Amino acid sequence: MANARQKIQSLCQSTGQSSIELVANFGRGTLFILGVLSATPSALLRVDLLLKQLYVAGVQSLPIILMAGLFVGMVLSLQGYNVLVDYNSEEAVGTMTALSLVRELGPVVAALLFAGRAGSALTAEIGLMRSTEQISALEMMAIDPLKYIYAPRFLAVLISLPMLTLLFTALGILGGYLISVGWLGVDEGAFWSQMHSHVDWHDDVMNGIIKSVAFALLIAVIALYQGFNAIPTSEGVSGATTRTVVHASLGVLALDFMLTTLMFN
Amino acid sequence: MKRQTKIEIGVGAFVLISLLSLAVLAFQVSNFTGWKDRPTYQVSALFDNIGGLKVRAPIKLSGVVIGRITSIEVDPASFKARVSMKIDQGFNELPMDTSASILTSGLLGDQYIGLEPGGDEEVLMNGDEIEMTQSAIVLEELIGQFLVKFGEGE
Repeated sequence: MANARQKIQSLCQSTGQSSIELVANFGRGTLFILGVLSATPSALLRVDLLLKQLYVAGVQSLPIILMAGLFVGMVLSLQGYNVLVDYNSEEAVGTMTALSLVRELGPVVAALLFAGRAGSALTAEIGLMRSTEQISALEMMAIDPLKYIYAPRFLAVLISLPMLTLLFTALGILGGYLISVGWLGVDEGAFWSQMHSHVDWHDDVMNGIIKSVAFALLIAVIALYQGFNAIPTSEGVSGATTRTVVHASLGVLALDFMLTTLMFN
Repeated sequence: MKRQTKIEIGVGAFVLISLLSLAVLAFQVSNFTGWKDRPTYQVSALFDNIGGLKVRAPIKLSGVVIGRITSIEVDPASFKARVSMKIDQGFNELPMDTSASILTSGLLGDQYIGLEPGGDEEVLMNGDEIEMTQSAIVLEELIGQFLVKFGEGE
């Protein structure tokens, strides 16, 4: 009898502990995000800090994004051609490649690669700064880490991912062009003119850009918060880095589903 | 100083090629027509059956796109489908007796409205209604009619 009571008590206690932990985590996260957002305008004044982060997050992600875009476009057009050629409408391969890249694959694949390439690095960097007490040192010197460390990185992610997405999409379409026109012999004029008449600037291209801004926001918040919240040990930092990639990737895919149902229904 | 220059050059090149790819997506891949829509005027038409016509489908004159469908609804008085369309202001001299028919591009393509100008002196103005319309050809009805004819012939 006493044993059962103890079990129920410990069950209640562990549920309570995890609930409190969840709410506290949520509160810490919200406060952190609000802090970063309020520090963002002042980060615009420190252009040199922002430029450095743009270089690290954006320019250094260029090779992987450009290569991936080219190959994704090539594979898409190759597969699309195999299906479309049965219906004698292989000219539509350009439309198909462009629409799938502009609407879905461009924003999503670029965001996934970016989360792996730049998001993980961001978490690891901030986590290590915390574990080596560099952030406390900044606070000791009365430098606000929100303005000096977090806000420039936040802005850099927000700016570079949409730009990388544009490049990914353009390179993908170039890859599709090379394969279908250069190799498979699709008519060049029909390839471009069909694409031109079926892809809409507002409905397709703008919605793709809006998607990538939303993904950038998600990745920036997750990467920065995981770094900020990492346990300052080598194990803690590695765990936080893994969580960044996993949470950001899943978040991007789920958010993409929601945005697609809102935009293209 | 050297490192700062390298960063500036890298970021500058990054911004430039991104803007270039935005331009490619706007002008080569999609039909960018500026932020503001060109001036248009509204006309409507009643159809017995619109088939698979959709909002934003093109309005074509001699095969050239001159407008888009803005809304499709059922007219409560006549139970017909009222299709509203906006036509580019550059084509504001269409005769009053222009006829509209729902056509299909290719055998399996999308449906659109084809306009056939008449010979009237008066022109269609904003808010006017196109009187002469021809409904979409519904393949199932066509096959049904053919089967009935075929049965009578025996």
